[in-house]
Amino acid sequence: MIKKNLFTILLLFTLLAACAPASPTVLRVMTHDSFSVSEPVVRQFEETRNVKIEFLKSGDSGAALNRAILTKDNPQADLLFGVDNTFLSRALQAGIFEPYQSPLLQQIPTEFILDPQYRALPVDFGDVCINYDRLYFEKQKIKVPETLQELTRPEYRGLLVVENPATSSPGLAFLLATIAEFGDPGYLDYWKQLRANGVVVVNDWNTAYYTNFSGSSGKGPQPMVVSYGTSPAAEVIFASQPLTEAPTASIIGPNTCFRQIEFIGILKGTPNRKLAEEFVDFILGKTFQEDIPLQMFVFPVNSQAAVPEEFSRYVQVPSQPAELGLDLIDQHREAWIEAWTEVVLR
Amino acid sequence: MRLARRVWLWALPLLFLGLFFYLPLGRILIITGQAAIETGLRPSFGAQLLRTLGFTAGQAGLSTLLTLLIGLPAAYLFGRFRFPAKRPLQLLFTLPFILPTVVAAAGFNALLGPNGWLNWGLMRIFGLSQPPVMILNTLTAVLLAHVFYNTSVVLRVVGSAWAQLDPRLEGSARTLGASPWQAFRTVTLPLLRPFILAATVLVFLFNFTSFGVVLLLGGPKFATLEVEIYIQALQILNLPAAGALSAVQLLCTLIITLVYTRLADRRNIPLTPRLESEAVQPLHSLPRRVFAALVIFLLTALLLLPLAALVLRSFSAVNADGTLRLTLDFYRELFINRRQSIFYVPPIRAALNSLGYAGLTVLISLSLGSLAAYALRESSRLNRVLEPVLMLPLGASAVTLGLGMVMVFNRPPFDPGSFPLLLPFAHSLVALPFALRSIQPALRSIPPSLGQAAAVLGASPGKVWRTIEMPILARALLVSAVFAFTISLGEFGATAFLARPERPTLPVAIFRYLGQPGELNYGQALALSTLLLIICAVSILLLEYLENRARQK
Repeated sequence: MIKKNLFTILLLFTLLAACAPASPTVLRVMTHDSFSVSEPVVRQFEETRNVKIEFLKSGDSGAALNRAILTKDNPQADLLFGVDNTFLSRALQAGIFEPYQSPLLQQIPTEFILDPQYRALPVDFGDVCINYDRLYFEKQKIKVPETLQELTRPEYRGLLVVENPATSSPGLAFLLATIAEFGDPGYLDYWKQLRANGVVVVNDWNTAYYTNFSGSSGKGPQPMVVSYGTSPAAEVIFASQPLTEAPTASIIGPNTCFRQIEFIGILKGTPNRKLAEEFVDFILGKTFQEDIPLQMFVFPVNSQAAVPEEFSRYVQVPSQPAELGLDLIDQHREAWIEAWTEVVLR
Repeated sequence: MRLARRVWLWALPLLFLGLFFYLPLGRILIITGQAAIETGLRPSFGAQLLRTLGFTAGQAGLSTLLTLLIGLPAAYLFGRFRFPAKRPLQLLFTLPFILPTVVAAAGFNALLGPNGWLNWGLMRIFGLSQPPVMILNTLTAVLLAHVFYNTSVVLRVVGSAWAQLDPRLEGSARTLGASPWQAFRTVTLPLLRPFILAATVLVFLFNFTSFGVVLLLGGPKFATLEVEIYIQALQILNLPAAGALSAVQLLCTLIITLVYTRLADRRNIPLTPRLESEAVQPLHSLPRRVFAALVIFLLTALLLLPLAALVLRSFSAVNADGTLRLTLDFYRELFINRRQSIFYVPPIRAALNSLGYAGLTVLISLSLGSLAAYALRESSRLNRVLEPVLMLPLGASAVTLGLGMVMVFNRPPFDPGSFPLLLPFAHSLVALPFALRSIQPALRSIPPSLGQAAAVLGASPGKVWRTIEMPILARALLVSAVFAFTISLGEFGATAFLARPERPTLPVAIFRYLGQPGELNYGQALALSTLLLIICAVSILLLEYLENRARQK
C-alpha cells in the first residue's frame, strides 16, 4: 500500500514537473574539459532569454568532436564549442554544422574567419610557444634563443622539453610550427638535429610543464618547455605568494609559435535554431568575450573586447605566428606524426 | 541446481551487461568496422599492431610476475600472523588502488623524478651535481607503478583466503612427517590455488589494459593497445584503426579469461573455512620476525613512499630561492571560487558526488556479483560459456566503450544528462568482475554438506544462508565491496565522458586543476588528491567495521 502511494506521488511530481508553466527551453552546448565561463555571465543570458544552458563535457577536444560526429544523425546538443583549427577541416567535412552568418562577425578580424561559409565561427585564440625559465638564463648568462634553428646550437643542449604530437595538442601545434618553418620534409632534418641536441620528449603537457620544466613549481631540469603564450600570466595569477614579475616568458620570434583558434558551430538538426543563433551572438559579444581570458587563458577574437591587465602585462603575443592551411593539416596529420615518431623516438 | 533457477540467477547480471556493455560496445565496433571495410586500414597497420601487442603482453606478464612476487609473501604475512599495527598497515596498502593515474604519476615524480626525494637525497649525500637516478620514461617506471597499483589486489584476494584456511590440515601433514615446504606445496598451495589464479587474472588484465601508467610514466617510447586506441580515436581521429585495435584487445581478454576458466575449473576442493582467529599466530620466532620486517619494508617502500611524497608535496610551496616552506594555502584555496567559474565545485560537494557514485557502485556490483556467483556455484557447460561474458568488461577500452555509450544513450531519459545512474553503471562494469572473482571462490569453498546438514536439522533455506553461508561469505563480500568502492572513487576515463560537468567527481576536479599552469593549481590538485586518500581510508574502515558486525551476529 505504501509502495503504491509512493508511486502515485512520484508520478504526480513527474507530471507536475512536466507541465510547470513557462518552463525554460534547454539549450545544450557540447564542449571539452578546458571550457570555463563565469557564472554571472551565463545566468544573465539565461534570464533574459528564459533558457537553461546545459553544458556537455566529454574529455578533450578530440573526444568532443568525435562525439559530435558519431551522433550527427541524432544530435545530443544544439551547439559544439571547442573545435580548433587543427581539427576544423575534419568537422567541416563531416557536415555536422549549419551555417550562420552572425552580425557580430563584423567585429572579428578576417584572419580568424577560416570558414567562408560560416559553419564554424571563431571564438578565441591562443599561441603555443616555447616558455623559458627567466632565472635560469639570467644566472647562466646564456642568450635566450630567438628562432627555431637556434635551438639546435650546442649551448642549448638538453635544455628543451617538448610533448609527443601523437598524444598532446600543444605537442602537435609545435610540430606544425616546425613544418611551417622548415617545410616538408625539411622539418624531419630539423628534428634530427634537435634529437642530436638532446631534446627531451614526454607524452603530455602536464609532465612537461610540472615535472620537467624548471620555471614551474616543479623545478625540473629543463629551462625551456613547449607551453602556451599565456602561461607566464597564469604563473603570476596562480602564485602562492604575490609576484610582481612573471618567472617565465615566451619565445615569440617569427614562426616559433603556432596559433590555435577555437570555433563554435550550430549542430545540424537542432530544434532550437533561433535560440542557438542568439547563443552564438552572445558568445561572440563583448560580455562573454571579455570573460574568456581569465577563464580559459586564451584571447578573445572580438576586437572590441578589452583584455585584462594581467594579460597585457605578462603575455607576449607573437607578431608572426606559424601558419598552415586547414586542409593541409587534415590531409597530412597522421603521416607527419608517423614520420616524426620514426625520426625522434625510434 | 535446476536449470530454471540458474536461468533466473543469470537473468539480471546478463541483462545489465547486455544493455550497458554489449550494446554500446557492439554498436561502436560495428560502425568502426564498416568504416574500416570502406576505407581500408593503412598497410603499416599490421606490423604496428604486432609490435604494440607484443609490448602490451610482455609488460603485463612481467608486471604480474613482480606483483605476485611481492604480493604473495605479503598475503601470507597478513593472512597468517598477528603483529602490531596490522590493520592500519593493511588499510594503507590498499590506498594506491584508488589513485587516478595522473595523481599517482605526480606521486612518483615527487619521489623518483629528477627533482624528487630520492635524487635530492643521493645528490646531498654524494655531492653530485646531476640527478643520478633517471627512472621516469623507462620500462622500470611502468613496472614499479603496476606493482604499486596491483599488490593490494593480491594482498586482499589471497590474504583473506589464507586467513580462513584450516590450519589443522597443514598441522596434520607435518605430524605425518612432511617438511614445512612439502606441507605447503601439497596442502596449502592447492587449497589457495583458485584464489591465486583469480588474483593473477585480475592483475594481468589490469596491466594488459593499462593506459595512464604507460602514457604518463612510460613516456613516448612505449605504447600499449589501450594507449594506441586513445591516440587513434582521440588525437588522430582515425576511428577505424581505433575500432580494430579495440577488437584485438577484447579478443585477447576473451582468450585470457577462457584459459583462466579452464584452469580454475580443474580442481576445486570444498573445505570448511575456519574463523580467522584460529589460523592467525603471533610472530614468535626470529626468522619470522625478520621475514615480517622485510615484507613490510618492501611494501612501504613501493606502496607508501609515493603516497607520502604526494601528501607532503600538498603541504609545501616553493619559495623564490628554491627552498620549500610548509603551507595550508592549497587547502584554503580549494574553498574559494576566485574566478566565479560556473564549473567551480567546493571540495565537499565533489567528495559527496564521488561517495554517492561509489556507494551505488558497491550496491550494484555486489548484488549482481553475488547473483552471478551463485549461478556459477557448480561448474557446467553453460557456466563455462557465460563466465567469460561477465569478465570481458575488464578488457574493454574505456575510450571505445565511452564513445559507444554516448552513441547508444543519447536520448532522454537515458542520456548522461538526464540519467544519473549511467555513471555508477559504467563503474559497476569494471567492479563486477572483481566482485565475481572474490565471491565465487569463497562460495565454491563451502562444502554442500554443511547446508544439507543444517537443512536436515530443520533449518529453512533462508536460515541456512543467514547462519552458514553469510558468515563465510562476509569476508569475500568485504573484499569485493572495497574493490568496487575504490574502483569507482578513482575512476577517471569513463567519468570524464559521462559525468555531468556541474556534478564532477573528485578525480574530475583534480584533473581540472592539473590542466592549468601555476603553483596554486598544481598544489590544489595535490591537496584534493590527499582528501581523496583520506576519504577512501575512512570509507574502507567503515566497510571493515560493517563486515565485523555482520560476522559476529
